[in-house]
Amino acid sequence: MPMEIFDLTIHELRDKLESKEVSSVEATRAMLARIEATDPKIRSFITVTPEQALLDAEAADRCIADGKAGTLTGIPLALKDIFLTEGIRTTCGSRMLHNFIPPYSATSWEKLKEQGAVLLGKLNQDEFAMGSSNESSCFGPSRNPWNTECIPGGSSGGSAAAVAARQATATLGTDTGGSIRQPASHCGCVGLKPTYGRVSRYGVIAYASSLDQVGPLTRDVTDCAIMLGAIAGHDPKDSTSVDTPVPDYRAALTGNIKGLRIGLPKEYFIEGLDPDVQKAMAQAIETYRNLGADFVDISLPHTDYAVATYYLIATAEASSNLARYDGVRFGHRSPQSEGLIDMMTKSRSEGFGLEVKRRIMIGTYALSSGYYDAYYVKAQKVRTLILRDFIQAFEGVDVILTPVAPTPAFKIGEKINDPLQMYLSDIFTIPVNLAGTCAIALPAGFSTNGLPIGLQLIGKPFGEEAILRAAQAFEQATDWHNRQAEL
Amino acid sequence: MKYQPVIGLEIHVQLLTDSKIFCGCSTKFGAEPNSQTCPVCLGLPGALPVFNEKVAEFAIKAGLATNCTISPRSIFARKNYFYPDLPKGYQISQFEEPICQKGWLDIHVDGDLKRIGITRIHMEEDAGKLVHGDVSGLEDGSGVDLNRACTPLLEIVSEPDLRSADEAIAYLKKVHQIVTWLGICDGNMEEGSFRCDANVSVMPVGSQTFGTRAEIKNVNSFKFVKQAIEHEIERQIDLIEDGGTVVQETRLFDPNSGKTRSMRGKEEAHDYRYFPDPDLVPLVVDDAWVQRVHGELPELPEHKIQRFITEFGVTEYDAEVLTSSRTLAEYFEACLTFHHNGKAVSNWVMGEVTRALNDAGKNISQCPVLPSQLAALLKLIDSGTISGKIAKTVFDEMWKSGKEPGEIVEEQGLIQVSDSGAIEAIIDEILAREAGQVAEYRSGKEKLFGFFVGQVMKASKGKANPALVNELLLKKLHG
Repeated sequence: MPMEIFDLTIHELRDKLESKEVSSVEATRAMLARIEATDPKIRSFITVTPEQALLDAEAADRCIADGKAGTLTGIPLALKDIFLTEGIRTTCGSRMLHNFIPPYSATSWEKLKEQGAVLLGKLNQDEFAMGSSNESSCFGPSRNPWNTECIPGGSSGGSAAAVAARQATATLGTDTGGSIRQPASHCGCVGLKPTYGRVSRYGVIAYASSLDQVGPLTRDVTDCAIMLGAIAGHDPKDSTSVDTPVPDYRAALTGNIKGLRIGLPKEYFIEGLDPDVQKAMAQAIETYRNLGADFVDISLPHTDYAVATYYLIATAEASSNLARYDGVRFGHRSPQSEGLIDMMTKSRSEGFGLEVKRRIMIGTYALSSGYYDAYYVKAQKVRTLILRDFIQAFEGVDVILTPVAPTPAFKIGEKINDPLQMYLSDIFTIPVNLAGTCAIALPAGFSTNGLPIGLQLIGKPFGEEAILRAAQAFEQATDWHNRQAEL
Repeated sequence: MKYQPVIGLEIHVQLLTDSKIFCGCSTKFGAEPNSQTCPVCLGLPGALPVFNEKVAEFAIKAGLATNCTISPRSIFARKNYFYPDLPKGYQISQFEEPICQKGWLDIHVDGDLKRIGITRIHMEEDAGKLVHGDVSGLEDGSGVDLNRACTPLLEIVSEPDLRSADEAIAYLKKVHQIVTWLGICDGNMEEGSFRCDANVSVMPVGSQTFGTRAEIKNVNSFKFVKQAIEHEIERQIDLIEDGGTVVQETRLFDPNSGKTRSMRGKEEAHDYRYFPDPDLVPLVVDDAWVQRVHGELPELPEHKIQRFITEFGVTEYDAEVLTSSRTLAEYFEACLTFHHNGKAVSNWVMGEVTRALNDAGKNISQCPVLPSQLAALLKLIDSGTISGKIAKTVFDEMWKSGKEPGEIVEEQGLIQVSDSGAIEAIIDEILAREAGQVAEYRSGKEKLFGFFVGQVMKASKGKANPALVNELLLKKLHG
């Protein structure tokens, strides 16, 4: 089957760039053409940067010619519009920042840029990363490339759709309650949330500071290891980034998982799980058994409290993080207002969408006098219990296997009027953020109507190597990741 | 019914670190608006705070100097409210776990020593500044200058132990002395680097329950603090005696009227929704760090005062004046290393030196007369080479020219005449000339003695040894 340039993974494209079969400029042009052809239908991109992309690609080609190329030199990537990119509009999916041109770039993007990556543009997302379907974006939702009537997932909907539609070789997203893993699962690609503190948050618009993490979305696990290695590491500009060495993640992909102890938490394999998801999980377990892994039944007893805990802590932190959007220094300022309070009130009322306002109100309430102890402090205490569940479980297992989402992608508009239903779709991913540990989602099957289903592997804190290894072994034993959405 | 005031002070101290508390921008005063800013102190999306450890060091210094316990672990918390000079919409401060707690300071009021408790000292970032009027082309606009945003502050909170405006001022001055002494603050109240809010309430004498307090803000001098507190006490007592009740509120002091007025109606009571800042890790201060800072503390004012009294024979009052600033105390001590006459040095430093500094609008660190030079001058007086009066002239010349006193005395031939013979000769001449006055003196007009002394000094061009002149004149006049 002749491969289009846009079908290539990072490592495949790297080979072709090194052998000079393809230049970065050609690859970039191919991606830009692909975007032009497909984005009217998919709407992954908020901003495409063709001039900058070609300049980046030319510089990369010079670097390759000089023999100085690294793994990512000349590779066309795209970033969720939550990453600040100097001189390039960054909206975070919100009217509030529709005209915001940042004067500096996120550390994770700077690292990729330094390594010669090419920026194709900025990707669609739920507004301020608050959502599970990409429907709250002020630019309208992205669509699932497998079925454009369905959501791509959220909040990194554009990041997942762009990979699945082969509009970018790989993308970056952020994950606060599942926002990389869930869209990756819905779009049939790989998505990794690193351990909290593994990747710098500097220059990433903050939603929930103690939960946000930056991570890659890719076509396959090898690409995921490459991207993680490129962005991980201590950043002195982020006080919460951890100063531990970055291992060679690609070297962890040995393909051997004999004797790997995989935990199956009973709270995640519940009655009423969508039958297609159930089937995919059962098949996955079988596949892993054949690869020589051992299964252990475990319990994460406080799982039931995770969603409520998350929606108190995340919203509380968000209510404070979003206070800076007051129309004074940047972003949307209401054109008609009288006096200070009116200006701020109108600017925020006009700039923020419904879901953002909802979460700001919940968070403000949870922090307010008389309620702080009962809600915020209580939630933090439960968070510790959830973390302890994982620590105890990891004493007996190496990785934990769960579904990613309770159902495959739902239709656009199906849940938008029922926020609680929407919130429950993060039920399997949220506990990982609360515990601060790492997890990866990868393709594990399809529903009867052709929508992707992913599986999740949860690892110990800074245990990305184990989950990457377990993920790649599964990938090599299956064919799900080779299927492509037809556009 | 007699009422007793209860006062607590919250003092904000702007720290003299080179960079801001959570970013590397400069803290220098007076730059072009918004020229000392970066994404962090501008509160741009995606920016994150990084703590400047120098601030902790300054906080520990302040805590040790005020007998506080230094917390081994303290937390940064967000104080949430909206205002244009607060870029993030929250201030990073400390709430439940501040860096220093439970200290005290002793103050002198009316000869009595009183201990004032210090509840806590915590670190926080300052807000920016609002500028109103002709701003950026707008005739009547408001501008935000964020140079000051994120400058480090220490907030020093006293227990409500103060019972009068005088006590409050004594305490305020003590804190001012300490922070400037330690070199952590320049103490400039007008520029706002040392700010004071006062919490004032009254209660019936003998009562155990405090009354409702009002908070007074916007006082930027010691004088105004005293005025504001005194006025507020009066206002509250009048209000209660008229049957009213004191409301918990913020009041602004108006220096023109000397009164406070309510800020109520402008903002409702704030719920700051404090919670630990998730962007920062807890600050851990171990014993080793505290010991290191302790070792770097300069000798504190109290110790210096005691030492000046016992070692140098200086009076308590003089010792207090000499330790009003660390540089002044160090100047004094430096002089003493050259000339061990504590009383003489203290008299001259507090006298001529201070006068000359005031006239020239300088402070002691700008004094053109070096300690070694002043000491040399005093040596000349003590050895009788020149009189105290002549020394003042020499001092003025030293101030202007920077020359050594010995040089000046020689150049101008100012050496004191202590030769009895020479003085006697002058006296004889004068008495012969003024025979009439001599007769008047001898017949009872004792006041004329001063006239004769003046004549002798004039004839000797001020150089005659005054003690000798007195002695010899008396002898000659009384035969």
